[in-house]
Amino acid sequence: MLYGYMAYFAAQERLLEALKALKEAGYRHLEAFTPTPLEGLEAVYGREERIPWMAFFLGVLGAGLGLFLQVYTTLDYPHNAGGKPLLGWPAFIPVTFEITILTITVGIFLYLLYLNGLPLAAHPATLASRYREALVDRPALFVYATDPRFDPEATRDLLQGLGAEVEEVRRA
Amino acid sequence: MPERHPDHDLIQGEWTEKTLVEKLLEPVEKPPPRPWKVVLAVGFVLTLAWLYAIFVTFTKGLGTWGINQPVIWGFDIVHFVWWIGIGHAGTLISAILVLMRQNWRDSLNRITEAMTLFAVLCAATYPLIHMGRAQHFYWVLPYPTHLALWPQYKSPLSWDVLAIFTYLTISTLFLYLGLIPDLAILRERSQGWRKKLYGWLSLGWTGSALHWRRYRAAYVLLAGLATPVVISVHSVVSMDFAYGLVPGWHLTLFPPFFAAGAIYSGFAMALTLIIPLRKWYRLEGVITERHLDWMAKVTLASGLGVAYTYLLEIFIAWYSAEPAEWAQQLWRMTGPYAPYYWAMMLINVVLLQTLWFPRFRRNVAWLFVFSILANVGMWLERFVIVVISLSHDFLPGNFHLYYPTWVDWTLFLGTLGFFLFGLAVLIRLFPPIAVAEMLHLYHKLRKH
Repeated sequence: MLYGYMAYFAAQERLLEALKALKEAGYRHLEAFTPTPLEGLEAVYGREERIPWMAFFLGVLGAGLGLFLQVYTTLDYPHNAGGKPLLGWPAFIPVTFEITILTITVGIFLYLLYLNGLPLAAHPATLASRYREALVDRPALFVYATDPRFDPEATRDLLQGLGAEVEEVRRA
Repeated sequence: MPERHPDHDLIQGEWTEKTLVEKLLEPVEKPPPRPWKVVLAVGFVLTLAWLYAIFVTFTKGLGTWGINQPVIWGFDIVHFVWWIGIGHAGTLISAILVLMRQNWRDSLNRITEAMTLFAVLCAATYPLIHMGRAQHFYWVLPYPTHLALWPQYKSPLSWDVLAIFTYLTISTLFLYLGLIPDLAILRERSQGWRKKLYGWLSLGWTGSALHWRRYRAAYVLLAGLATPVVISVHSVVSMDFAYGLVPGWHLTLFPPFFAAGAIYSGFAMALTLIIPLRKWYRLEGVITERHLDWMAKVTLASGLGVAYTYLLEIFIAWYSAEPAEWAQQLWRMTGPYAPYYWAMMLINVVLLQTLWFPRFRRNVAWLFVFSILANVGMWLERFVIVVISLSHDFLPGNFHLYYPTWVDWTLFLGTLGFFLFGLAVLIRLFPPIAVAEMLHLYHKLRKH
């Protein structure tokens, strides 16, 4: 069974151009593999906005939890510490701050894994014989055979026309 | 001739992506150099000694330590503060320098983040075993007990628990997050148990461009959040002291003083580790003299903050017109501990000034010697703050000197050993320089 085509490029800039060209030609089931973040991807897919909003939400949640922890425990067991007011809020800042940061960090880490669909046990692109080079110096574009536009001949020609070396990826 | 990137000399020599990756993976893939084996062996033996000292502490109790009235915080707290401070350089390099877009951090962040992890682990053991009844460590956490008691959240000691815990979690996650792309490269290049290990740990990272985009967004965001943590953790530690009434502790200057000292000692320790690493693994092309020069500059800047505080401490003790404070200052300068005080002044105030001069900053041998001296100096500073202050409080009848026992010394040498052992194992399994970050830098520099 054919999974798709792995198209290797000499540089990330070439890959980005090819990605744009294929998007324009109407391809949708594409995945690019690069050794480092692909500069200019925002022009194709827009900015990542979910992560900052999630961080804000987690921050509010963490700050609320931190304050609640301290106010609740203080009221549950009222204790005169050095004559300070029972709910002297300046003393609550450090713990609230630490719990806020802790919540955001752990939450964003898990959210990142969720968005990226990790952990991932297997991926068809990794079956390509030169996949390991895609992580170093041969950024690659994977065109899924499930793409409605996919055509064994035309897609190969299109990719080669964009300067790629094309490899068929089949179930091993 | 195309215009060159201002940081073009951060990667020196002729490299392609492929040779660069191979060079950076050498510590993991090639047989280790001889000094690595020595470090591993020494670290292992000291770790065993450390475990024995902990065993003695647990079975016989805190009476085996030198702490006694009035010096009830001895080597344990000296070393706790010392280690926590050392950790700060890693977070500074990985977080603050990301936000400031400092390209020179890219080849230093992995090893310093690893340093942070082990330094904080070493630090965290001290308060735990210092509790005496360490089996009750969970009493510091807020959990519903049948006694209906809660931790006292107006006390800096309770803040400290959360600050250290948050710091340990964040620095571990940050180190791991940075490792994930490198683990994927290693997964594709290795066989056998290593392939399994890297495969599991890389979580199936594929290098997908969309994943990278989210990864970058999360990484920069977490860097932004880790930045205030760098400042806050040691500030909270300093409040453990500043909230007390002991002469020499009761000072509002403590939080910035401790934060500066943390960065100073952390960069010094980073230099102590990076200079041999660079030599043993021949990494001069990616950790250049310019990197060391920058690190020396940060050491100088934070060290000056420390030196300033030393001088201000003397002034405040006098200006406060508080007899106990002034007596404490004189005790430090002329009492039985005076050699320690003056040695600290010599290193952290006088010898520090050599770093103003490029001739000294570019002298790798001097940098190495100074980095070790600076950590001795910071150790002395913690000793001055913790032990000397406590030995001379308000009641002359109460004054007493501190005599550490062999258990105290073994606990200290043991954490040093564990630190080296842990780092040696880590750089054998995971690349000590972030490969993906260096590839990114390579692209950035080449585009010009």
